[in-house]
Amino acid sequence: MNSVLAVNIVRFVLLLLVQVLICNHINFFGYINPYIYIIFIFLFPIREERLILLLASFLLGMMIDLFSDSGGVHAAAAVSLAYVRPILLKSSFGMLYEHQSIKFSTTEIGSLISYISLGTVVHHLILFSLEIFNISNILLILQKTLFSSIFTIILSVLIIILFSRNKK
Amino acid sequence: MQQIFNFVIRNKTFLLFILLFSIALTLTIQSHSYHRSKFINSANGLTGGLYGAMNSVDQYFNLKTENDILAEENKLLREQLLNFKTTIDSTFIDSSYAKSKYRVTTADVYKNSYAATNNYLTLNKGKKDSIKRDLGVMTSNGIIGIIDNTSNKYSRVLSILNKKSRINAKIKSTNHIGSLKWNGDSPMFVQLEDVSQFAPVKIGDTIETGGESSIFPKGIGIGTIASFETDIGGDTYNIEVKLFNDMTNVGKVYIIENLERNEIYNLENSTNE
Repeated sequence: MNSVLAVNIVRFVLLLLVQVLICNHINFFGYINPYIYIIFIFLFPIREERLILLLASFLLGMMIDLFSDSGGVHAAAAVSLAYVRPILLKSSFGMLYEHQSIKFSTTEIGSLISYISLGTVVHHLILFSLEIFNISNILLILQKTLFSSIFTIILSVLIIILFSRNKK
Repeated sequence: MQQIFNFVIRNKTFLLFILLFSIALTLTIQSHSYHRSKFINSANGLTGGLYGAMNSVDQYFNLKTENDILAEENKLLREQLLNFKTTIDSTFIDSSYAKSKYRVTTADVYKNSYAATNNYLTLNKGKKDSIKRDLGVMTSNGIIGIIDNTSNKYSRVLSILNKKSRINAKIKSTNHIGSLKWNGDSPMFVQLEDVSQFAPVKIGDTIETGGESSIFPKGIGIGTIASFETDIGGDTYNIEVKLFNDMTNVGKVYIIENLERNEIYNLENSTNE
């Protein structure tokens, strides 16, 4: 139990630092940045209380906002992602979720990718809608969502495979 | 009463989600209105310290380009100094009258963003260095933005690449003024609006600060005219300005304080009554 807590705290801090010090400054093609801190929300233990996940996501989003001067957009997007996570888990893993027996280190790679892709698109859509905050710029919102999502999905899947699937 | 408690307990996840989401939404909406983004901003000890540590490593990689920029600027200043000396040689100036009008502070950029629709920079000078809100920030090439928030050791700059930014600017060859905005597209271009149709606008002309706002001195370069079109209303030009500054690469900046600003402000307010 304690090791789960420790792992999650370390993950929280590491992802926060990597996000604000490296990923926010990539600016691929001028504006495309990956938002890999949502890996924390993806990998949060499933059996833990959902309220804790909501609070932790809010805190993480708020910290990112603090560093990138963006008001509350990351907090809003992260909390939404945390809230819809059970739906995403159910649609991507099906029976495994019903039995509460998902282990991200051993699941099929296909289900994992679909889970992360769905979550990333939801998160990024809310993030950019709030950041641009103007319905007449809907094309810009969709464009940013699409390109940043591709970047985030590739990086997230790679990071998860690299750091958590090898412990057999 | 029992039922209310039951309802709260049954829907506790949803209620917490709504609560947190509305807090975040409130902060977002606040950050979209000028001068109210007070609570969540990068001008504080935690973020400033972390960005500072990062910057102390990062700046070594830019030493060569920084040196080139400084040498170029020194050359320019030296030229101006020599020309200045020869023109005022014959006149006598009593130094007690030559009170300086502007105070200049140098600062390091700890954080710079240009990919979002509302961009801010974080600088390593704050209240302790008598940096206040509404001071102008520039580099040797041109303007960067206006200070919009300060803490003890750090300050935040509202970049010209920000939808909330409005800066008074004019065409160098004439005195036709307009207001400088950003449409959120490219970090290389800003837009100058409300320029009168009487102005002789030519592609390649220089745009500089107008000096009307008393934040920036008159005549600091901003950029050159890349293209222009007539506004839908037909009375004004909308001009696309290519910036002198590469906003994606800003290392050292100057903070300009107009020491006579209060006097100008008081005068303008007293006449308005």
